[in-house]
Amino acid sequence: MSIHSTRRHLLGALGAGGLALGAAACGSSDPFEEGEDGTGSGGSDDGGEAPAGALAVGSQAYYSNEIVAELFAQVLEKAGFTVDRQFQIGQREVYMPELESGALDLLPEYLGNLLQHYEPDAGSASPEEVHSSLEGALPEGLRVLSFAEASDQDSYTTTSDFASAHSLAAIGDLASVDEKLTIAANSEFETRPYGPEGAKSVYGVDIAVVPVEDSGGPLTVQALLDGDVQLADIYSADPSIAENDLVVLEDPESMILPQNVVPVVSEKIDEKAAEAIEGVIAELSADDLVELNRQSVVDQASSADIATGWLTEKGLL
Amino acid sequence: MNENPFVGALEWLADPMRWSGPAGIPVRAVEHLGYTALGVLVAALIAVPIGLYVGHTGRFKGLAIGAAGVARALPTLGLVTLFALLVGIGLTAPLLSFVILAIPSLLAGAYSAVESADPATVDAARAQGMTEWQILTRVEIPLGMPLLIGGVRGATVQVVATAMLAAYVGSGGLGRYIFQGLGSQDYPQMIAGSLLVIVLALVLDLALLLLQRVTAPRGTAAA
Repeated sequence: MSIHSTRRHLLGALGAGGLALGAAACGSSDPFEEGEDGTGSGGSDDGGEAPAGALAVGSQAYYSNEIVAELFAQVLEKAGFTVDRQFQIGQREVYMPELESGALDLLPEYLGNLLQHYEPDAGSASPEEVHSSLEGALPEGLRVLSFAEASDQDSYTTTSDFASAHSLAAIGDLASVDEKLTIAANSEFETRPYGPEGAKSVYGVDIAVVPVEDSGGPLTVQALLDGDVQLADIYSADPSIAENDLVVLEDPESMILPQNVVPVVSEKIDEKAAEAIEGVIAELSADDLVELNRQSVVDQASSADIATGWLTEKGLL
Repeated sequence: MNENPFVGALEWLADPMRWSGPAGIPVRAVEHLGYTALGVLVAALIAVPIGLYVGHTGRFKGLAIGAAGVARALPTLGLVTLFALLVGIGLTAPLLSFVILAIPSLLAGAYSAVESADPATVDAARAQGMTEWQILTRVEIPLGMPLLIGGVRGATVQVVATAMLAAYVGSGGLGRYIFQGLGSQDYPQMIAGSLLVIVLALVLDLALLLLQRVTAPRGTAAA
């Protein structure tokens, strides 16, 4: 802990030093000018080329998103950038305009939801297809980097008992279950393309929604464990899945919009910064994200400590 | 999307499609009223006898006021979640919460109703040879009826305004529209659901106010 914080302070000092150097070298500069030429790459003495100062890293008001944002923030600091953390910014409607205006430079996003923010009618597809649609859909000045294997998406989840009793592996296997199926989910699940209508048209499965409004939280899990419902919509990176030995049914037809973690960045994220971020993305597996979440929910560790631990373990810090 | 959501809410309400079917407004409104009635009724069965006893005898008054105060301070959404984790989703958890929400008003209404009877009148009744039960039922309750109904009125309005939480854990009621609108950013639907709850609350409040007036004994002013 003290080692980590010392190191962070050291990095902060380095970053600030680089900034002062850069400011002294450049004299006057318009913070919005740079990045346009796209040559913001280069060595650490070039780090001063970001005279606008810190890169503003944002996060959603969602604990798991904040942990990923912290991962990005720490590798950026390691790479010599100064980072301004703007965490816990509510919803997409609030923070996307901030990114568009340049007040934020980086935020961990999720493929499908981000695409639907700009193209509400976008249908589901594979992560690769969603990623390439996203590249065309983002407004001028914003781009997405690569997406991670880690994903945090809606799921058709059941208990291991129910899955083995009916030999279920994929959503389509539900079609052969000879009882009335209900799924506990937020009420908007009813109107989602991957809701009952999608299950019917894609997999031929009849299913009714029992609205439980805690977004796959403890009440939803409890309803599933109590047997009030046979299925539940639980976010796939939720640690409660492993904790309760639940089974996430596979979705071979990509009916459910993929929500792999993907960084959305402004033009101020130059090649060097992007490289640091991509290093995290390349390592972030589905199991890793679940484990990071578990440390937050179960161990109640802080985002910064969780991020430092994981990055150290992966040799990224 | 850019249209005023309040206008959208009125259009939503004006759509005849919304007024029929198993998820239509009449069904949801009846469910909502049913939860409210059940919650207030169960709470009344508990709180009114206690309130009458406390008011008549003057015993345990501090305890009753204290307990009612504590119950008032409990956040209902927290209770719904807590009970749902204990007893599962469905109607039981929200109903228990509504009962706890309704008890303080009913208790206060009941004991203040009995207490409000003029001690001289009560003494006169006692001097005439009435039993304690007769004093309570023929003197104190009739005289205090507007206050008793006032307690029912307070409890009903609170519960009807909170009964949307039943939809949080798998039950119906007008809360369905509110939560579905909130979750899918369909704000006209959310506002329409809220407007329906407001209308129900106002109608019930007015109806019970009238009842309060009607039950006021002749010769006394309505509370």
